[in-house]
Amino acid sequence: MKAVKQLRDCYDVLIIGGGPAGLAAARAAWNDGARQVLIIERDSVPGGILNQCIHNGFGLHYFHEELTGPEYAGRCLDELADTGVELLLNTMVLSLDELPQEPGREALGGLLPEPVQESLSPDLLTGRPPHRVFAASPELGSVCIKSRAVILAMGCRERSRGAIQIPGTRPAGVLTAGAAQRYVNLEGWQIGRRVVILGSGDIGLIMARRLTLEGARVLACVELMPYSSGLLRNLVQCLDDFGIPLLLSHTVTDIRGRRRLTGVTVSQVDENRQPVSGSEQDFDCDALLLSVGLLPENELTRAAHIPLDPRTRGAYVYENMETASAGVFACGNVAHVHDLVDYVSEESQRAGQAAAAYARGQGISGRAIPIQHGSGILYTVPQSIHIKAAGDGQADRDAAYNLFFRVTRPQQQVRIALYDGDRCLKRWTKPSVAPGEMERLKLPQTLLKDCGSGSLTLTLEHPAVKEATANA
Amino acid sequence: MLEENSGQSAPARELVCIICPRGCQLSVQENPDGSLAVHGNACPRGQTYAIKELTAPSRTLTTTVRIKSAALPVVPVKSQAEIPKAKLFEAMQQISHLVLTAPVKRGSVALTDLAGTGISLIVTRDMERV
Amino acid sequence: MFDCTIIGCGITGAAAAYLLSHYDLKLLVLEASNDVANGSTKANSAILHAGFDPEPGSLMARANVRGVEMAAEICRRLDVPRLNCGALVLAFSPDDLHTIRELYARGLANAVPGLRLLSAVEARQLEPYLADTVTGALLAPSSSIVDPWEYALAMTETAVKNGLVLALGRGVREIKLPDAAAGKDYFELTDSQGQRHQSRYVINAAGVHSDQVHAMIGGHNFRIHPVRGQYFLLDKNAGHTCRHTLFQCPTAAGKGVLVSPTVHGNLIIGPDAEAVADPDNTATTAEALEYVRRMALRSLNNIPFGENIRNFAGVRAQSDRPDFIVEASPQSPRFINLAGIKSPGLSAAPAIAEMALDLLAQAGLALKRRADYDDSRRRIRFRYLTPAQQSELIAADPRYGHVVCRCETITEGEIVAALHGPVPPRSLDAVKRHCNAGSGRCQGSFCGPRIHEIIARELGLPYDAVTQNEDGSYIVTEPTKGNSDKGVTV
Repeated sequence: MKAVKQLRDCYDVLIIGGGPAGLAAARAAWNDGARQVLIIERDSVPGGILNQCIHNGFGLHYFHEELTGPEYAGRCLDELADTGVELLLNTMVLSLDELPQEPGREALGGLLPEPVQESLSPDLLTGRPPHRVFAASPELGSVCIKSRAVILAMGCRERSRGAIQIPGTRPAGVLTAGAAQRYVNLEGWQIGRRVVILGSGDIGLIMARRLTLEGARVLACVELMPYSSGLLRNLVQCLDDFGIPLLLSHTVTDIRGRRRLTGVTVSQVDENRQPVSGSEQDFDCDALLLSVGLLPENELTRAAHIPLDPRTRGAYVYENMETASAGVFACGNVAHVHDLVDYVSEESQRAGQAAAAYARGQGISGRAIPIQHGSGILYTVPQSIHIKAAGDGQADRDAAYNLFFRVTRPQQQVRIALYDGDRCLKRWTKPSVAPGEMERLKLPQTLLKDCGSGSLTLTLEHPAVKEATANA
Repeated sequence: MLEENSGQSAPARELVCIICPRGCQLSVQENPDGSLAVHGNACPRGQTYAIKELTAPSRTLTTTVRIKSAALPVVPVKSQAEIPKAKLFEAMQQISHLVLTAPVKRGSVALTDLAGTGISLIVTRDMERV
Repeated sequence: MFDCTIIGCGITGAAAAYLLSHYDLKLLVLEASNDVANGSTKANSAILHAGFDPEPGSLMARANVRGVEMAAEICRRLDVPRLNCGALVLAFSPDDLHTIRELYARGLANAVPGLRLLSAVEARQLEPYLADTVTGALLAPSSSIVDPWEYALAMTETAVKNGLVLALGRGVREIKLPDAAAGKDYFELTDSQGQRHQSRYVINAAGVHSDQVHAMIGGHNFRIHPVRGQYFLLDKNAGHTCRHTLFQCPTAAGKGVLVSPTVHGNLIIGPDAEAVADPDNTATTAEALEYVRRMALRSLNNIPFGENIRNFAGVRAQSDRPDFIVEASPQSPRFINLAGIKSPGLSAAPAIAEMALDLLAQAGLALKRRADYDDSRRRIRFRYLTPAQQSELIAADPRYGHVVCRCETITEGEIVAALHGPVPPRSLDAVKRHCNAGSGRCQGSFCGPRIHEIIARELGLPYDAVTQNEDGSYIVTEPTKGNSDKGVTV
């Protein structure tokens, strides 16, 4: 890997984001023959959020070894060491394909000149004009970089207090778990002495342990839902190990303190997630950490008019992670929020490979069929897959589609079924499923080659339901 | 998985395996001979974990260490192997006295004997001198 | 010795400071907060009202219409974002239709330009997502929106550039009236840090605390009854939900809540109106937010509340009188009260300041225009520049190529420029008000720690001295590894 001295005329594959997704995509694109590969990273170092996730638990699937976040990032970089992939640091992508347009511009009426956009001629290999990425960097200025294929790997961001509308005052000491993680793990500063954590997602749990080890007292971890959205192992080693209570079906209903947080009120919630009056308990605390969900960071995608799936909040993608805009791919947490970085890497490899193929003029072929969500399925990624025509050389007998999905609620002993119209193609059984844990299926291409109805449906079936279907 | 044992009187201990993100729900029962029977594990590591958790629980410690002459004031570290759970805070106390100086490499040893366990503390991120 | 001291640097105090600074005077502003515009000015609907609402002939009506006329010019000259987006007052019933006709007539009496009564069909042509229950509307094309922080900041900065002394973090603790017998021809003001200031004239623009300030000289002829209003601020993704400011027709039950775009492209929704005992009580409540949400959905049925990025509350300085209070104190003709400046106070501010100047002149203050006045202000807004302009800027100062706030595309260069401007922000929230960094959808959870570092570096503050907002709103408690100082080096 090398730093960028001068930009090339046109890249094969340009990757926006140098976190685990971008790094894995770059390696795969390089392996697949792309030789002009550029990663644009806004931070001064690659690795993304892994740099502040100093805990272990990463890498078991992808590197077959338990690693901490920084080690995982280091390994991803090692994999790029012997490649010619170029890395542009401290560079912020402002816009994709369209010139940057900031809402609010008109409020400075007439004072601002309008930028001019040039049109591009089609590229010889792909048959389409190259994509354009507008970016700003201290070294290069404000530049337009051309590339045959673009991979979106911008990751996600945390939901903040506004997203969940916690009432009360707005003092210092209320911060997202990720911001707290940055302060503690990268800046070396403690963010409070008596802490309440709202949300039992993994980041919240990990921070409960981390703050405790650094001498703070974590009074409680409060979860709105009747179940935790974090991994079980984190409940054990982050809360139980330190005697931190987990309050399920509870939420923060008031925040107090004018300058610095002085306390919060925690209330029980009913089955409609509404606070139960009379159940309030007050905690004297000087910090409230919010771990209330992650949102794919798709502002660039939206501005480029690439269709987004309201369920994943990421772009609609095909099995090669290509979006509805030909030659633009999305992978990692920008496509949908993952639980495990290992799966991010795996998915991003597919995107990198596909982007390299696209850049050589080998786009995806076949008939695209959407995957509908049946009962109990929150979303699937990909949202559509290409069915290879029977007898098509591409329909490799061993090839399979990777399907990620999430369920809408926790359930025990479920069957997952895939239907082609009314016909069930296959069933899988699972001892348990939960919304907090992303599920994975491999769909053999041979299974789908005769798919005729034009739409597939993934659905959850209880054993009882299955019998009912069988009788019908 | 060990053989099923019948005629037990001691209640089973329920655990969640923390070896990997799968989080198997384990159930452990004591055999008449004092050995432990583990159920619910999807792989052999679950059995090892359950027995250790009930006899000598241990954890990998991940934290940071102060560092001089680097772009950041702290550098991440981990214990090279698990240390006894009861020694976590003693180890943190020991680590709080430690100051490294950049440059450091991922994998280099920051401390050789963490809280008297004989286990080393390992740097997990390269940090250049600035 | 100052010629005039202004107490409070919200929009009213800032406008007074700005107008007075055009004259050959020694001026002081005492502001209790560590930043300007940190009270009601930062937490309101950000509307420059057309002026159809106030009672014709009232001070409020005159100040509103004149104020927004002045605002257009001030914003243009001082580079303040302002957008003439127009407003609709929505009617939902035959009674409402009657009321908007009254508002129309009132507007004509107040000389509001361009007012028009619209049918439901016409209204829907302007705003396609209006609720089905809308039966008609009053269109006020001159209604505008503004960035209230920057409006107050721009006027204060210009005054400071022209010699005004701004004392932040200094409220007033005590005021002594001039004492002719003792040969003291001036007020003596003691600030919250114990420092004394002598001033021949005083303007009380202390907002929700103006009655307390007046009481310091024994004045008791008005009282502030603070009224709290709560808001939602939605992400820019929701900014196109409507193009005009949408008011609801006032009824006996209340003034309704508004939905409006903001000059930054967000959507603002609110407020309710609730009397509160404590003028500094800006907490939000679940009940009021739910009320605002429900009320707003009467106007538009597609408001994406899931895009909410922040809730906030502001307290309006409502007084026990129906009109604005712009008058000399009975205790002294040289003590001017600008009080009870509730809505449309943001709209009226420069006109109120103009009236204050008249009162000062009547009380004997000599107003001599300065020839050397620097009445210009330009702010670099990286995100609105063309790529060529951006490159030029970055070549001159690479810090403009470093985007710190990724939601709003604010660069390190802009943050540093604000920190070294005429009115330096000293907290994360102040940086947000001064240059928008941290005001976006992530609300600083990504850029907060980075801006924290820049503030500490540029202002030479210890890391733990940087606050979220007011002094005392510390962010970090202590370094991790507390023992490291006396530790061993390996």
